[in-house]
Amino acid sequence: MTYLITQTLNGLFSAALLFLIASGLTLAFGVMKIVNIAHGSFYMLGVYIAYTVILRTQSLLLGAAAAIVVVSALGFVMQRFFLRRFGNDPLAQMMMTMGFALLFRDATLMIWGGDPFTLQYPGWLRGSMEAGDVVFPYYRLFVIVVAALVGVALWAINEKTLLGARLRATVDDPEMASAMGINVTLLSGLVFAAGAGLAAFGGVMGGPILGGYAGLDFDLLPLAFVVVIVGGMGSLKGAFVGSLVVGMIDNYGKALVPELSYFTLFAPMILVLALKPTGLYGRA
Amino acid sequence: MGARRLTLLVVLALLVIAAPFVLSSYWVGLLTEVAILAILAMSLDVLLGYTGLPSLGHASLFGVAAYAVALLSTRYGMNFWTCVFAGLVVGTLASAVIGLIVSHVRDVYFLMITLAIGMVLWGLSYRWIPVTGGDNGLSGIPSLEVHAGLPFAGPTAFYYVTLVVFALSAGAMVLLVRSPFGLTLRGIRENEGRMKSLGFNTWLHCYLSFIVSGFFASVAGVMWAYYNGFVSPTYLDLTASSELFLMVTLGGPATLVGPVLGAGMIVLLKNVMSAYTARWLLILGTVYIVAILTAPKGVWNLGSRRSA
Repeated sequence: MTYLITQTLNGLFSAALLFLIASGLTLAFGVMKIVNIAHGSFYMLGVYIAYTVILRTQSLLLGAAAAIVVVSALGFVMQRFFLRRFGNDPLAQMMMTMGFALLFRDATLMIWGGDPFTLQYPGWLRGSMEAGDVVFPYYRLFVIVVAALVGVALWAINEKTLLGARLRATVDDPEMASAMGINVTLLSGLVFAAGAGLAAFGGVMGGPILGGYAGLDFDLLPLAFVVVIVGGMGSLKGAFVGSLVVGMIDNYGKALVPELSYFTLFAPMILVLALKPTGLYGRA
Repeated sequence: MGARRLTLLVVLALLVIAAPFVLSSYWVGLLTEVAILAILAMSLDVLLGYTGLPSLGHASLFGVAAYAVALLSTRYGMNFWTCVFAGLVVGTLASAVIGLIVSHVRDVYFLMITLAIGMVLWGLSYRWIPVTGGDNGLSGIPSLEVHAGLPFAGPTAFYYVTLVVFALSAGAMVLLVRSPFGLTLRGIRENEGRMKSLGFNTWLHCYLSFIVSGFFASVAGVMWAYYNGFVSPTYLDLTASSELFLMVTLGGPATLVGPVLGAGMIVLLKNVMSAYTARWLLILGTVYIVAILTAPKGVWNLGSRRSA
């Protein structure tokens, strides 16, 4: 029972990180139909930028802020100058993001070197919560809470604000939304930038546990893709449910059959694809 | 195909056959690598260019066949034909199983799913250490000449063996894409709904296309195992799959010639550049971006007004 609770809490932690990464990926896909191979790189860049800032300021908050600002700006520039011109060609866009993923990967190696590290975090988050036999680090709990808050905020923006209404209209039918006076190009840029920023934030949140290392970008990318495929591309709710499913399965898979941990991810994907090719909450 | 291009191809073929007489063994080795990867790139072209199914996990099928050869030849000491046959069968079977999952999916969905499956196979090769050797890979695959008991050996001999395999595979794929089956694939690429209403079983065609493509990827995988003498997870990872994708799109999808050119360009660029700099990925990334900006339809299609 103790084991079960601990593993479930760990699964929740994975799910929280996955949600931060996948929500941006799925929103960008919803608005632009773009498959962003560089999304894992945004996460990785987030970790590394935060690392530099935290080394100088000792503040996780400042690190997170810097990571979000820089990576969002990077995402905005990428979308504006390189992706927008291939609006109707998802393959060209995918190749473009692939090129950027490789650039980011090598640039990271060049700037920060290949040594792995973990991020420092504030003292008040150290230590563990103990309830009976269950021991769970405060920091992981903190990440779960933060991700939940982000989820609520995203939901509120999406459902309750004018910006969200425009966003939903654009996901449904970009042409019609454009005809109704919504600036779809600007909105696409903003969504892409926000997605990049969310991934970077995910990187900072995961940094104290998963750390930063060479190859981190492509380690996380398939997980984020599986979340988006399972949940349904373009759906925030799908990203939420998908993260929970994938986080749990990935965590239990790693604990029970470590050799086949990638394989256990396969199961939910096949199942969902067989029953509902567009994902749980996706639209055809 | 115009007369000018045909002449170009004939000249290229003659050059390729004459190459070992003028080039050093290093360059012969590189040309062998080009030929093997060209088979692989063409196999992806059948899927990506002709059927319109963009696979981002194609290198993993190649890898499965290569691993099969490596395992059987090193750990179980199987003979040459068993290894070749097993490599082809395992690779093709893997594509038949994966094809069942992906053949009803299209466009970007296909892209994401093949990417995820490719990463799963990569993960398997990386983590399933007792069988695959993990990150260290499997080494000690005998050379093809020795393993097959050929009377001659060396890079030149292997080069000609590869050329024969290349010619056979390329010929088979050219015939395939020009056959009624190949025309149906193009029809599906252009307008699946119309092909369906004409009575074609489009799912079955996509599925078969995936298997055929997987078979030729396995051919390349078997050759690669013997060429390299060593297999490791890097040959299956996302970078490998996307490099392959770049070969096809850079050369020109749905031409079969284009991917061969693409393979040549990437392999030569990679080897020449890595002699000067360790920043190969930086260069490759730039190549992606420049290629998409300047020749989105591929080099082979630059001169022609209509696409195949």
